[in-house]
Amino acid sequence: MSRQKSDEQVITHPHLIRLHGNDNVAATTVNVEEGQLVEIEGREIRAADSVPTGHKMAITEIAAGEKVIKYGVPIGSATCLINPGQYVHTHNLKSDYLPTYTLDGTNRYLDSRGRTT
Amino acid sequence: MKGYLRSDGRKGIRNLVVVAYLVECSRHVAAEIVAPMRGEGVHLIGFSGCFPNDYADRMMTSLCTHPNVGAVLLVGLGCESFDDQRLKKTIEHSGRPVERLVIQESGGTTRSIEQGRRWVRQAADKLRDDAPVDMKIDELVVATICGGSDASSGLTANPAVGRAFDRLIERGATTIFEETGELIGCEQLIASRAANDILGKQIVASIEKAARYYAVYGHGSFAPGNADGGLTTIEEKSLGAYCKSGDSTIMGIIRPSEIPPCGGLYLLDIIPDDEPRFGFPNICDNAEIGELMSCGAHLSLFTTGRGTVVGSAVAPVIKICANPDTYRRLSDDMDIDAGRILEGRGTLDEVADEIIEHIEATADGRQTASERLGHQEFILTYKSEFAPSPRCRAEDG
Repeated sequence: MSRQKSDEQVITHPHLIRLHGNDNVAATTVNVEEGQLVEIEGREIRAADSVPTGHKMAITEIAAGEKVIKYGVPIGSATCLINPGQYVHTHNLKSDYLPTYTLDGTNRYLDSRGRTT
Repeated sequence: MKGYLRSDGRKGIRNLVVVAYLVECSRHVAAEIVAPMRGEGVHLIGFSGCFPNDYADRMMTSLCTHPNVGAVLLVGLGCESFDDQRLKKTIEHSGRPVERLVIQESGGTTRSIEQGRRWVRQAADKLRDDAPVDMKIDELVVATICGGSDASSGLTANPAVGRAFDRLIERGATTIFEETGELIGCEQLIASRAANDILGKQIVASIEKAARYYAVYGHGSFAPGNADGGLTTIEEKSLGAYCKSGDSTIMGIIRPSEIPPCGGLYLLDIIPDDEPRFGFPNICDNAEIGELMSCGAHLSLFTTGRGTVVGSAVAPVIKICANPDTYRRLSDDMDIDAGRILEGRGTLDEVADEIIEHIEATADGRQTASERLGHQEFILTYKSEFAPSPRCRAEDG
Protein backbone atom coordinates (compact mmCIF):
# COMPACT_ATOMS: atom_id res chain seq x y z
CA MET A 1 0.00 0.00 0.00
CA SER A 2 2.89 2.37 0.70
CA ARG A 3 3.44 4.70 -2.23
CA GLN A 4 5.74 7.30 -0.71
CA LYS A 5 6.93 9.85 -3.22
CA SER A 6 10.22 11.64 -2.93
CA ASP A 7 9.05 15.04 -1.77
CA GLU A 8 5.44 14.51 -0.76
CA GLN A 9 3.71 13.10 2.25
CA VAL A 10 1.31 10.39 1.12
CA ILE A 11 -0.99 8.80 3.65
CA THR A 12 -0.27 5.16 3.20
CA HIS A 13 -3.58 3.55 3.92
CA PRO A 14 -7.09 4.64 3.05
CA HIS A 15 -7.96 7.52 5.32
CA LEU A 16 -11.17 8.24 3.52
CA ILE A 17 -14.26 6.07 3.59
CA ARG A 18 -16.58 6.25 0.65
CA LEU A 19 -19.78 4.69 1.98
CA HIS A 20 -21.52 4.13 -1.34
CA GLY A 21 -20.47 3.90 -4.97
CA ASN A 22 -22.52 6.97 -5.90
CA ASP A 23 -21.06 9.19 -3.20
CA ASN A 24 -19.28 12.41 -4.16
CA VAL A 25 -17.97 12.92 -0.63
CA ALA A 26 -16.02 10.59 1.64
CA ALA A 27 -15.57 10.61 5.41
CA THR A 28 -12.08 11.04 6.85
CA THR A 29 -10.80 8.49 9.35
CA VAL A 30 -8.00 10.74 10.64
CA ASN A 31 -7.34 14.46 10.81
CA VAL A 32 -6.25 15.33 7.30
CA GLU A 33 -4.01 18.40 6.92
CA GLU A 34 -4.27 20.87 4.07
CA GLY A 35 -1.96 19.86 1.23
CA GLN A 36 -1.73 16.21 2.19
CA LEU A 37 -2.23 13.56 -0.42
CA VAL A 38 -4.82 11.03 0.65
CA GLU A 39 -5.78 7.85 -1.04
CA ILE A 40 -9.18 6.47 -1.72
CA GLU A 41 -9.76 3.26 -3.58
CA GLY A 42 -6.34 3.45 -5.21
CA ARG A 43 -6.72 7.10 -6.28
CA GLU A 44 -4.86 10.03 -4.81
CA ILE A 45 -6.55 13.28 -3.87
CA ARG A 46 -4.78 16.34 -2.52
CA ALA A 47 -6.52 17.84 0.49
CA ALA A 48 -7.39 21.45 -0.37
CA ASP A 49 -8.40 22.10 3.25
CA SER A 50 -7.79 20.53 6.63
CA VAL A 51 -10.55 18.06 7.42
CA PRO A 52 -11.14 16.76 10.97
CA THR A 53 -11.73 13.07 11.63
CA GLY A 54 -15.15 11.85 10.62
CA HIS A 55 -15.92 14.95 8.55
CA LYS A 56 -16.39 15.05 4.79
CA MET A 57 -14.08 15.68 1.84
CA ALA A 58 -15.25 16.07 -1.75
CA ILE A 59 -13.89 13.32 -3.98
CA THR A 60 -15.33 14.63 -7.22
CA GLU A 61 -16.17 18.12 -8.44
CA ILE A 62 -19.58 19.22 -7.14
CA ALA A 63 -21.24 22.15 -8.92
CA ALA A 64 -23.16 24.83 -7.04
CA GLY A 65 -26.70 23.56 -6.48
CA GLU A 66 -25.71 19.95 -7.12
CA LYS A 67 -26.69 17.33 -4.59
CA VAL A 68 -24.04 16.21 -2.15
CA ILE A 69 -24.28 12.41 -2.02
CA LYS A 70 -23.37 10.33 1.03
CA TYR A 71 -24.71 6.85 1.80
CA GLY A 72 -25.72 6.86 -1.87
CA VAL A 73 -28.36 9.54 -1.35
CA PRO A 74 -28.54 13.35 -1.14
CA ILE A 75 -27.70 14.85 2.24
CA GLY A 76 -28.29 18.37 0.91
CA SER A 77 -27.11 20.70 -1.88
CA ALA A 78 -23.80 22.42 -2.54
CA THR A 79 -24.04 26.19 -2.06
CA CYS A 80 -21.00 26.85 -4.27
CA LEU A 81 -18.56 24.96 -6.49
CA ILE A 82 -16.73 22.31 -4.47
CA ASN A 83 -13.52 20.84 -5.89
CA PRO A 84 -12.13 17.38 -5.11
CA GLY A 85 -10.13 17.53 -1.87
CA GLN A 86 -12.15 20.37 -0.37
CA TYR A 87 -13.75 20.20 3.04
CA VAL A 88 -17.54 19.84 2.83
CA HIS A 89 -19.51 21.21 5.75
CA THR A 90 -21.91 23.99 6.70
CA HIS A 91 -19.94 26.59 4.68
CA ASN A 92 -20.69 24.92 1.35
CA LEU A 93 -23.53 22.46 2.00
CA LYS A 94 -27.10 23.15 3.06
CA SER A 95 -29.97 20.89 3.97
CA ASP A 96 -32.78 20.31 1.47
CA TYR A 97 -35.00 19.49 4.40
CA LEU A 98 -36.87 22.67 5.24
CA PRO A 99 -39.17 21.92 8.18
CA THR A 100 -38.29 23.60 11.42
CA TYR A 101 -39.99 20.79 13.33
CA THR A 102 -42.77 22.99 14.53
CA LEU A 103 -45.91 20.95 14.57
CA ASP A 104 -49.30 22.47 13.83
CA GLY A 105 -51.19 20.07 16.08
CA THR A 106 -52.43 17.87 13.27
CA ASN A 107 -49.26 15.85 12.93
CA ARG A 108 -47.98 18.04 10.08
CA TYR A 109 -44.70 19.86 9.95
CA LEU A 110 -44.64 23.58 9.31
CA ASP A 111 -41.69 25.11 7.51
CA SER A 112 -40.14 28.42 8.47
CA ARG A 113 -42.92 30.30 6.63
CA GLY A 114 -45.66 28.39 8.36
CA ARG A 115 -46.56 26.27 5.36
CA THR A 116 -47.24 22.61 5.77
CA THR A 117 -44.72 20.37 4.10
CA MET B 1 -27.79 -24.79 9.43
CA LYS B 2 -30.02 -26.71 11.82
CA GLY B 3 -33.24 -25.55 13.44
CA TYR B 4 -36.04 -26.79 15.65
CA LEU B 5 -39.31 -27.17 13.78
CA ARG B 6 -42.43 -25.69 15.46
CA SER B 7 -46.06 -26.49 14.71
CA ASP B 8 -46.60 -23.17 12.89
CA GLY B 9 -43.88 -24.09 10.41
CA ARG B 10 -41.28 -21.71 11.80
CA LYS B 11 -37.94 -23.05 12.95
CA GLY B 12 -35.96 -21.98 16.00
CA ILE B 13 -32.19 -21.53 16.19
CA ARG B 14 -32.30 -22.28 19.92
CA ASN B 15 -34.45 -24.72 21.88
CA LEU B 16 -35.02 -22.87 25.14
CA VAL B 17 -37.11 -23.30 28.23
CA VAL B 18 -38.64 -19.94 29.11
CA VAL B 19 -39.71 -19.16 32.65
CA ALA B 20 -42.18 -16.27 32.52
CA TYR B 21 -43.27 -14.25 35.55
CA LEU B 22 -46.69 -12.68 35.09
CA VAL B 23 -46.34 -9.93 37.70
CA GLU B 24 -43.41 -8.42 39.60
CA CYS B 25 -44.61 -10.27 42.71
CA SER B 26 -43.62 -13.60 41.14
CA ARG B 27 -40.36 -12.45 39.59
CA HIS B 28 -38.14 -13.55 42.47
CA VAL B 29 -39.55 -17.08 42.47
CA ALA B 30 -39.19 -17.25 38.69
CA ALA B 31 -35.61 -15.96 38.84
CA GLU B 32 -34.72 -18.50 41.55
CA ILE B 33 -36.14 -21.29 39.39
CA VAL B 34 -33.86 -20.18 36.54
CA ALA B 35 -30.75 -19.50 38.66
CA PRO B 36 -29.27 -23.04 38.91
CA MET B 37 -29.85 -23.63 35.19
CA ARG B 38 -27.29 -21.08 34.01
CA GLY B 39 -25.82 -22.06 30.67
CA GLU B 40 -28.46 -24.74 30.10
CA GLY B 41 -30.83 -22.82 27.87
CA VAL B 42 -33.33 -21.64 30.50
CA HIS B 43 -34.28 -17.98 30.14
CA LEU B 44 -36.29 -15.58 32.29
CA ILE B 45 -38.83 -13.19 30.76
CA GLY B 46 -41.90 -11.55 32.21
CA PHE B 47 -44.22 -8.60 32.71
CA SER B 48 -44.18 -6.73 36.00
CA GLY B 49 -47.51 -4.92 35.79
CA CYS B 50 -50.46 -6.03 37.89
CA PHE B 51 -53.04 -4.15 35.79
CA PRO B 52 -54.18 -5.63 32.48
CA ASN B 53 -52.59 -4.44 29.25
CA ASP B 54 -53.48 -5.85 25.84
CA TYR B 55 -50.11 -4.96 24.35
CA ALA B 56 -48.20 -6.77 27.11
CA ASP B 57 -50.53 -9.73 26.78
CA ARG B 58 -49.83 -10.00 23.05
CA MET B 59 -46.11 -9.52 23.57
CA MET B 60 -45.97 -12.32 26.14
CA THR B 61 -47.95 -14.58 23.83
CA SER B 62 -45.60 -13.86 20.91
CA LEU B 63 -42.50 -14.42 23.01
CA CYS B 64 -43.73 -17.63 24.67
CA THR B 65 -44.41 -19.00 21.19
CA HIS B 66 -41.22 -17.58 19.64
CA PRO B 67 -39.50 -20.15 17.41
CA ASN B 68 -36.44 -20.23 19.71
CA VAL B 69 -38.66 -21.35 22.63
CA GLY B 70 -39.35 -25.05 23.17
CA ALA B 71 -41.15 -25.11 26.54
CA VAL B 72 -42.65 -22.57 28.94
CA LEU B 73 -43.21 -22.34 32.69
CA LEU B 74 -45.64 -19.57 33.67
CA VAL B 75 -45.18 -18.25 37.20
CA GLY B 76 -47.87 -16.08 38.77
CA LEU B 77 -48.62 -14.95 42.29
CA GLY B 78 -52.32 -15.69 41.91
CA CYS B 79 -54.15 -12.36 42.19
CA GLU B 80 -52.59 -10.45 39.26
CA SER B 81 -54.77 -9.60 36.30
CA PHE B 82 -52.70 -11.40 33.68
CA ASP B 83 -54.83 -14.04 31.94
CA ASP B 84 -52.48 -16.94 32.52
CA GLN B 85 -55.06 -19.57 31.55
CA ARG B 86 -55.49 -18.11 28.10
CA LEU B 87 -51.73 -17.78 27.61
CA LYS B 88 -51.29 -21.39 28.75
CA LYS B 89 -53.90 -22.59 26.24
CA THR B 90 -52.24 -20.69 23.40
CA ILE B 91 -48.87 -22.22 24.25
CA GLU B 92 -50.45 -25.68 24.47
CA HIS B 93 -52.02 -25.18 21.05
CA SER B 94 -48.56 -24.40 19.68
CA GLY B 95 -47.48 -27.89 20.72
CA ARG B 96 -45.05 -26.75 23.39
CA PRO B 97 -44.88 -28.28 26.86
CA VAL B 98 -46.24 -25.68 29.29
CA GLU B 99 -46.90 -25.59 33.02
CA ARG B 100 -48.57 -22.98 35.20
CA LEU B 101 -47.27 -22.35 38.70
CA VAL B 102 -49.34 -20.18 41.04
CA ILE B 103 -47.41 -19.24 44.16
CA GLN B 104 -50.49 -18.67 46.34
CA GLU B 105 -51.66 -22.19 45.52
CA SER B 106 -48.35 -24.02 45.61
CA GLY B 107 -47.21 -23.21 49.14
CA GLY B 108 -45.24 -20.01 48.89
CA THR B 109 -41.70 -19.18 47.86
CA THR B 110 -39.69 -22.27 48.81
CA ARG B 111 -42.13 -24.89 47.61
CA SER B 112 -42.87 -22.98 44.40
CA ILE B 113 -39.17 -22.71 43.60
CA GLU B 114 -38.72 -26.45 44.23
CA GLN B 115 -41.70 -27.37 42.04
CA GLY B 116 -40.64 -24.98 39.32
CA ARG B 117 -37.05 -26.23 39.27
CA ARG B 118 -38.25 -29.84 38.98
CA TRP B 119 -40.48 -29.02 36.02
CA VAL B 120 -37.83 -26.91 34.29
CA ARG B 121 -35.14 -29.57 34.74
CA GLN B 122 -37.40 -32.20 33.18
CA ALA B 123 -38.45 -29.89 30.36
CA ALA B 124 -34.84 -28.96 29.58
CA ASP B 125 -33.77 -32.62 29.57
CA LYS B 126 -36.61 -33.49 27.24
CA LEU B 127 -35.79 -30.64 24.83
CA ARG B 128 -32.27 -32.00 24.48
CA ASP B 129 -33.78 -35.07 22.80
CA ASP B 130 -35.44 -32.96 20.09
CA ALA B 131 -33.91 -33.73 16.72
CA PRO B 132 -33.02 -30.59 14.78
CA VAL B 133 -33.99 -30.34 11.13
CA ASP B 134 -32.28 -28.64 8.21
CA MET B 135 -32.82 -24.91 8.13
CA LYS B 136 -32.01 -22.56 5.30
CA ILE B 137 -31.09 -18.91 5.42
CA ASP B 138 -34.40 -17.99 3.76
CA GLU B 139 -36.15 -19.22 6.92
CA LEU B 140 -34.21 -16.78 9.07
CA VAL B 141 -35.57 -13.49 10.45
CA VAL B 142 -32.76 -11.06 11.32
CA ALA B 143 -33.33 -7.75 13.11
CA THR B 144 -31.06 -4.77 13.63
CA ILE B 145 -30.84 -2.15 16.33
CA CYS B 146 -28.29 0.46 17.35
CA GLY B 147 -27.48 1.69 20.82
CA GLY B 148 -24.72 3.68 22.45
CA SER B 149 -24.06 5.27 19.08
CA ASP B 150 -21.25 7.72 18.35
CA ALA B 151 -19.88 9.39 15.22
CA SER B 152 -18.31 6.12 14.11
CA SER B 153 -21.61 4.20 14.05
CA GLY B 154 -22.77 5.76 10.80
CA LEU B 155 -19.38 5.21 9.13
CA THR B 156 -18.61 1.60 9.93
CA ALA B 157 -21.02 -0.73 11.76
CA ASN B 158 -24.30 0.67 10.43
CA PRO B 159 -23.43 0.69 6.71
CA ALA B 160 -21.80 -2.73 7.12
CA VAL B 161 -25.06 -4.07 8.57
CA GLY B 162 -26.87 -2.48 5.61
CA ARG B 163 -24.68 -4.42 3.19
CA ALA B 164 -25.20 -7.62 5.19
CA PHE B 165 -28.96 -7.02 5.09
CA ASP B 166 -28.87 -6.68 1.29
CA ARG B 167 -26.99 -9.98 1.01
CA LEU B 168 -29.40 -11.75 3.37
CA ILE B 169 -32.37 -10.51 1.35
CA GLU B 170 -30.78 -11.69 -1.91
CA ARG B 171 -30.69 -15.12 -0.32
CA GLY B 172 -34.37 -14.94 0.68
CA ALA B 173 -34.08 -14.05 4.36
CA THR B 174 -36.39 -11.68 6.22
CA THR B 175 -34.88 -8.57 7.82
CA ILE B 176 -36.37 -5.97 10.17
CA PHE B 177 -35.24 -2.46 11.04
CA GLU B 178 -36.98 0.08 13.25
CA GLU B 179 -36.43 3.36 15.14
CA THR B 180 -38.76 5.56 13.10
CA GLY B 181 -37.85 8.33 15.55
CA GLU B 182 -34.33 8.34 14.13
CA LEU B 183 -35.46 8.47 10.53
CA ILE B 184 -36.74 12.04 10.73
CA GLY B 185 -35.38 14.04 7.84
CA CYS B 186 -35.25 11.23 5.32
CA GLU B 187 -38.95 10.31 5.08
CA GLN B 188 -39.14 10.85 1.34
CA LEU B 189 -36.01 8.87 0.71
CA ILE B 190 -37.32 5.91 2.71
CA ALA B 191 -40.72 6.19 1.05
CA SER B 192 -39.00 6.00 -2.35
CA ARG B 193 -37.72 2.54 -1.42
CA ALA B 194 -41.20 1.26 -0.62
CA ALA B 195 -42.58 -1.56 -2.73
CA ASN B 196 -45.57 0.61 -3.70
CA ASP B 197 -47.00 4.12 -3.28
CA ILE B 198 -49.47 3.22 -0.54
CA LEU B 199 -46.68 1.81 1.55
CA GLY B 200 -44.53 4.86 0.82
CA LYS B 201 -47.22 7.18 2.18
CA GLN B 202 -47.64 4.95 5.20
CA ILE B 203 -43.91 5.10 5.93
CA VAL B 204 -43.94 8.91 5.80
CA ALA B 205 -46.93 8.93 8.18
CA SER B 206 -45.21 6.57 10.60
CA ILE B 207 -42.13 8.79 10.81
CA GLU B 208 -44.27 11.92 11.29
CA LYS B 209 -46.09 10.08 14.06
CA ALA B 210 -42.76 9.27 15.71
CA ALA B 211 -41.69 12.93 15.52
CA ARG B 212 -44.92 14.02 17.20
CA TYR B 213 -44.71 11.32 19.85
CA TYR B 214 -41.12 12.08 20.76
CA ALA B 215 -41.81 15.81 20.79
CA VAL B 216 -44.36 15.26 23.56
CA TYR B 217 -41.68 13.59 25.65
CA GLY B 218 -39.09 16.25 24.93
CA HIS B 219 -37.02 14.23 22.52
CA GLY B 220 -38.22 15.91 19.37
CA SER B 221 -35.37 18.37 19.02
CA PHE B 222 -33.79 17.39 15.75
CA ALA B 223 -32.42 20.86 15.18
CA PRO B 224 -30.15 21.02 12.16
CA GLY B 225 -26.53 21.93 12.68
CA ASN B 226 -25.09 19.29 14.95
CA ALA B 227 -21.66 19.84 13.48
CA ASP B 228 -19.54 18.28 16.19
CA GLY B 229 -19.06 14.90 14.61
CA GLY B 230 -18.95 16.32 11.11
CA LEU B 231 -22.69 16.11 10.53
CA THR B 232 -23.85 18.99 8.36
CA THR B 233 -27.56 18.33 7.77
CA ILE B 234 -30.47 16.58 9.45
CA GLU B 235 -30.65 14.22 6.46
CA GLU B 236 -27.06 13.17 7.10
CA LYS B 237 -27.68 12.64 10.81
CA SER B 238 -30.68 10.40 10.26
CA LEU B 239 -28.91 8.52 7.48
CA GLY B 240 -26.31 7.32 9.96
CA ALA B 241 -28.97 5.20 11.67
CA TYR B 242 -31.03 4.57 8.56
CA CYS B 243 -28.17 3.02 6.57
CA LYS B 244 -28.50 -0.14 8.70
CA SER B 245 -31.43 -0.99 6.43
CA GLY B 246 -29.26 -1.30 3.31
CA ASP B 247 -30.56 -0.61 -0.20
CA SER B 248 -33.27 -3.25 -0.64
CA THR B 249 -36.94 -2.60 -1.35
CA ILE B 250 -39.05 -2.12 1.78
CA MET B 251 -41.77 -4.76 1.65
CA GLY B 252 -44.02 -3.57 4.46
CA ILE B 253 -44.56 -1.92 7.82
CA ILE B 254 -45.11 -4.28 10.73
CA ARG B 255 -46.17 -3.69 14.32
CA PRO B 256 -44.95 -5.41 17.49
CA SER B 257 -46.02 -9.08 17.59
CA GLU B 258 -46.66 -9.14 13.86
CA ILE B 259 -44.77 -11.73 11.83
CA PRO B 260 -43.50 -10.51 8.44
CA PRO B 261 -45.56 -12.36 5.80
CA CYS B 262 -42.67 -13.16 3.46
CA GLY B 263 -38.96 -12.56 2.93
CA GLY B 264 -37.43 -9.14 2.39
CA LEU B 265 -37.00 -5.95 4.38
CA TYR B 266 -39.62 -4.66 6.85
CA LEU B 267 -39.88 -1.50 8.94
CA LEU B 268 -41.11 -2.12 12.47
CA ASP B 269 -43.27 0.78 13.66
CA ILE B 270 -43.11 0.72 17.45
CA ILE B 271 -45.04 3.96 18.08
CA PRO B 272 -48.68 3.50 19.17
CA ASP B 273 -51.30 5.26 17.08
CA ASP B 274 -53.20 7.00 19.87
CA GLU B 275 -52.25 9.96 22.03
CA PRO B 276 -49.02 9.37 23.95
CA ARG B 277 -49.72 7.31 27.09
CA PHE B 278 -47.59 5.20 29.42
CA GLY B 279 -44.42 7.25 28.86
CA PHE B 280 -41.63 6.68 26.39
CA PRO B 281 -42.46 4.18 23.64
CA ASN B 282 -39.34 2.15 24.42
CA ILE B 283 -37.46 2.91 27.58
CA CYS B 284 -34.19 1.21 26.58
CA ASP B 285 -32.53 -0.92 23.92
CA ASN B 286 -33.81 -4.20 25.37
CA ALA B 287 -37.42 -3.02 25.11
CA GLU B 288 -36.77 -2.58 21.37
CA ILE B 289 -35.09 -5.97 21.10
CA GLY B 290 -38.15 -7.48 22.82
CA GLU B 291 -40.42 -6.04 20.13
CA LEU B 292 -38.14 -7.21 17.33
CA MET B 293 -38.24 -10.70 18.86
CA SER B 294 -42.03 -10.52 19.09
CA CYS B 295 -42.02 -10.21 15.28
CA GLY B 296 -40.17 -13.49 15.08
CA ALA B 297 -36.58 -12.24 14.85
CA HIS B 298 -34.29 -15.19 15.48
CA LEU B 299 -31.38 -12.91 16.31
CA SER B 300 -30.46 -9.23 16.40
CA LEU B 301 -27.50 -7.33 14.98
CA PHE B 302 -26.67 -4.69 17.57
CA THR B 303 -24.38 -1.87 16.41
CA THR B 304 -22.68 0.24 19.03
CA GLY B 305 -20.04 2.96 19.03
CA ARG B 306 -19.63 3.80 22.70
CA GLY B 307 -20.11 0.16 23.61
CA THR B 308 -22.98 -1.78 25.08
CA VAL B 309 -22.65 -5.07 26.90
CA VAL B 310 -26.24 -6.31 26.76
CA GLY B 311 -27.59 -9.43 25.14
CA SER B 312 -31.15 -10.68 25.35
CA ALA B 313 -33.31 -13.48 26.58
CA VAL B 314 -34.87 -15.66 23.85
CA ALA B 315 -32.92 -14.46 20.79
CA PRO B 316 -29.12 -14.14 20.48
CA VAL B 317 -27.58 -10.69 19.99
CA ILE B 318 -24.55 -10.20 17.74
CA LYS B 319 -22.71 -7.05 18.79
CA ILE B 320 -20.96 -5.08 16.10
CA CYS B 321 -18.62 -2.44 17.46
CA ALA B 322 -18.29 0.69 15.32
CA ASN B 323 -15.43 2.33 17.20
CA PRO B 324 -11.97 0.71 17.28
CA ASP B 325 -11.05 2.26 20.66
CA THR B 326 -14.26 0.94 22.21
CA TYR B 327 -13.54 -2.47 20.74
CA ARG B 328 -10.15 -2.55 22.42
CA ARG B 329 -11.71 -1.62 25.77
CA LEU B 330 -14.71 -3.96 25.55
CA SER B 331 -13.49 -6.68 23.20
CA ASP B 332 -14.79 -9.42 25.48
CA ASP B 333 -18.32 -8.13 24.94
CA MET B 334 -18.08 -7.66 21.19
CA ASP B 335 -18.56 -10.12 18.36
CA ILE B 336 -17.33 -8.03 15.45
CA ASP B 337 -14.74 -5.25 15.18
CA ALA B 338 -16.29 -3.01 12.52
CA GLY B 339 -14.22 -0.06 13.73
CA ARG B 340 -11.19 -1.58 12.09
CA ILE B 341 -12.47 0.05 8.91
CA LEU B 342 -11.45 3.40 10.43
CA GLU B 343 -7.91 2.12 10.85
CA GLY B 344 -7.56 0.73 7.36
CA ARG B 345 -7.70 -2.84 8.59
CA GLY B 346 -10.80 -3.79 6.67
CA THR B 347 -13.52 -2.62 4.33
CA LEU B 348 -17.29 -2.37 4.65
CA ASP B 349 -17.59 -5.42 2.41
CA GLU B 350 -15.22 -7.46 4.55
CA VAL B 351 -17.13 -6.55 7.70
CA ALA B 352 -20.42 -7.38 5.96
CA ASP B 353 -18.96 -10.80 5.07
CA GLU B 354 -17.99 -11.30 8.69
CA ILE B 355 -21.51 -10.34 9.84
CA ILE B 356 -23.00 -12.98 7.51
CA GLU B 357 -20.52 -15.55 8.82
CA HIS B 358 -21.51 -14.72 12.41
CA ILE B 359 -25.22 -14.93 11.58
CA GLU B 360 -24.83 -18.38 10.05
CA ALA B 361 -22.63 -19.66 12.88
CA THR B 362 -24.94 -18.21 15.56
CA ALA B 363 -27.97 -19.74 13.86
CA ASP B 364 -26.10 -23.01 13.83
CA GLY B 365 -25.65 -22.90 17.59
CA ARG B 366 -22.40 -21.02 18.22
CA GLN B 367 -22.70 -18.74 21.23
CA THR B 368 -22.43 -14.99 20.75
CA ALA B 369 -20.32 -12.94 23.17
CA SER B 370 -23.34 -11.95 25.25
CA GLU B 371 -24.62 -15.54 25.38
CA ARG B 372 -21.21 -16.73 26.53
CA LEU B 373 -21.19 -14.10 29.28
CA GLY B 374 -24.69 -15.04 30.45
CA HIS B 375 -26.49 -11.87 29.34
CA GLN B 376 -30.25 -12.45 29.16
CA GLU B 377 -31.67 -8.95 29.56
CA PHE B 378 -35.40 -8.59 29.14
CA ILE B 379 -37.88 -5.79 29.80
CA LEU B 380 -41.51 -5.31 28.89
CA THR B 381 -43.47 -2.22 29.86
CA TYR B 382 -46.98 -0.88 29.44
CA LYS B 383 -47.92 0.41 26.01
CA SER B 384 -51.08 1.21 24.10
CA GLU B 385 -52.35 -1.61 21.94
CA PHE B 386 -51.57 -1.18 18.26
CA ALA B 387 -54.22 -0.81 15.63
CA PRO B 388 -54.22 -3.59 13.06
CA SER B 389 -51.42 -3.07 10.61
CA PRO B 390 -52.44 -0.86 7.69
CA ARG B 391 -52.85 -2.46 4.29
CA CYS B 392 -49.52 -1.34 3.07
CA ARG B 393 -47.57 -4.35 2.04
CA ALA B 394 -46.04 -5.18 -1.27
CA GLU B 395 -48.51 -7.97 -1.99
CA ASP B 396 -51.42 -5.55 -1.52
CA GLY B 397 -50.20 -3.11 -4.14
